[in-house]
Amino acid sequence: MPHLGRFFCLPDGRGVIKAQVLDEAALERALTRIGHEILERNNGATNLAFVGLRTRGVTLAERLSDRIAAIDGTKVPVGTLDITLYRDDLGLKTDQPRVQGTDIPFPVKGRTIVLVDDVLFTGRTIRAALDALIDLGRPKMIQLAVLIDRGHRELPIRPDYVGKNLPTSRRESVAVRLREHDGEDRVVIEEPEEG
Amino acid sequence: MAWKRKDLLGIRELDPAEITLLIDTAASLREIGTREIKKVPTLRGKTIVNLFYEPSTRTRTSFEIAGKWLSADVINFSVSTSSAGKGETLLDTARNIEAMRPDVVVVRHSSAGAAELLARTLRCSVVNAGDGAHEHPTQALLDLLTIRERKGHLEGLQVAIVGDVAHSRVARSNIYGMRKLGMTVTVAGPPTLIPPQVQELGVKVSHRLEDAIRDVDVIMMLRLQHERMSAGLIPSLREYARYWGLTLDRLRASARSDVVIMHPGPVNRGIELSPEVADGPYSVILEQTQNGVAVRMAALFLLAGAKASQEAP
Repeated sequence: MPHLGRFFCLPDGRGVIKAQVLDEAALERALTRIGHEILERNNGATNLAFVGLRTRGVTLAERLSDRIAAIDGTKVPVGTLDITLYRDDLGLKTDQPRVQGTDIPFPVKGRTIVLVDDVLFTGRTIRAALDALIDLGRPKMIQLAVLIDRGHRELPIRPDYVGKNLPTSRRESVAVRLREHDGEDRVVIEEPEEG
Repeated sequence: MAWKRKDLLGIRELDPAEITLLIDTAASLREIGTREIKKVPTLRGKTIVNLFYEPSTRTRTSFEIAGKWLSADVINFSVSTSSAGKGETLLDTARNIEAMRPDVVVVRHSSAGAAELLARTLRCSVVNAGDGAHEHPTQALLDLLTIRERKGHLEGLQVAIVGDVAHSRVARSNIYGMRKLGMTVTVAGPPTLIPPQVQELGVKVSHRLEDAIRDVDVIMMLRLQHERMSAGLIPSLREYARYWGLTLDRLRASARSDVVIMHPGPVNRGIELSPEVADGPYSVILEQTQNGVAVRMAALFLLAGAKASQEAP
C-alpha cells in the first residue's frame, strides 16, 4: 500500500499516480541544499538538534544529519516525535491513530530544534508537534524543514526550509516514498480513482 | 488493528491482537512518566470516575495518575464516603454518576459481573478494576508488559502462578491472557486453594512449590488473604508460609537463575514472599507498579481518546 501522507490517506489507501514531482537525484539535491541552508542560517551545527515526525520525517531528519556531518563534520542528534497524543482530531477520524511513542535522547531546553516532516499541508500536524515539543522543555528556537510544501494551510505556520513548493488541489495527495520504507526514493502526486 | 470496544471488562473476551495493542500502546505511553512535566493534553475535557466498592490504594491511585497524566478530570467515589453505605444499589449509584456525564467509569466491586452489569446499563465506557474473583484485566496487562520487557517476548514462556488461585481475579485474567499469547502456565497451591477443573483453562496443576517453579521463566506469587484461614481453607499462616512461601533458599535450590518474580501486591512479607526475595534482584514488583500506570493510560486512551468516530467525518 503506498504511503499517502500522514493525515490525509484516501479511504482505501489507493490512488492513481498522476505525476512525479521529484526523482531520486532531485530528492538528494533538495536535501543537500536544505543541509547547507540550515548550516548557513545557524552559523554552523553547534547546539542544533533534529526532531523528525513519525514516520518519514524521522528518516528525512536522519538523512539531513548525515548530510550535515559530511559537510561540516558535526553529528547533529536526531529525535523522534509522535504527535498522536496532541492531535486536534482525536475522536473525529474514522481510522484510529496508533501511539508509537516519542524518543528524544537529548535535552530540548536551550537548543535550536529543527522539526522535520515530509509534507506540509494544513499545518495542523506542525501545531501539534510544537505543543508536544514545548511540553518537553523550552527550546531556544524551533525551525521547520519540510521536503514538500503543498499549500492549503489552515493555521499561521510557515516552513523555514523547503525542498519543493508544490501547488496541489485538495483532492490530490502527495506521497513521499523513501528507500528505507518503500524501496525507492521519489515523490509523486496521486489522485483517487474515479467511481 | 483498531480498538472497537466500548468497555474493558476482562481478558477472556479479547483476542490476541487486542491484548497486544493494549500492551504496545502502554509501552509507548510509559515515556510520559519520565518527563519533567508529566502531562499530555490527550484527554482534556474528559471525565473519569473511579467507583470503588472495595478498599484499594494501588489500583485506584494508578488509574487516577493515569487519567491525570492524560489531562482528564478524575473523580474518586469510594464506598466509605459514598451513598452505597446508605443503602443505594450499584445501579442507582451508577445511573446517578452517569447523569454527571462521565466518559469512563472505572469500577471495582466484590461481586463478579458487577462491571459487566454497569457496562450494559451505562452509555459511557466501563473499565473493570476487579470484580470479585472474576477478572482484573489491567493487572494482567501490566504483568504481561512487565514480562515482555524483561524477557523480550511472551510466546513460549513458562509461568508458575502460586498461591490462592481459587479466589484470585489476578490469576484468572493472567491465565486467559497468557494462554492466548502462547505461554505455558502452571498453577500451584494447596488443594483447597486450587479451583476444581482449572485444567480446562489450559493450565497444569502442581501441589508442590519446588516442582512448580523448576525451569519456569516467571514466578507469580499471589497474595494470601488472611480470611482464608478463618474459612478453614488453610490450617495456619505459619504452615502456609512453610510450604508455599517463596524463600531465597527455595528459589536457589529449584528455580532458574534468570527467573523473574512478580506479585500483584500488597505483599504479605514473610508469608508468600520472604523479604529477601521481595526486595531481591529477581523481583520486578516495582516495575509492575510503574507499568500499571502505563497500562491504565493505554486503556483510558483507547476507550476515551482514540475511539474512532461512528459517523463519517
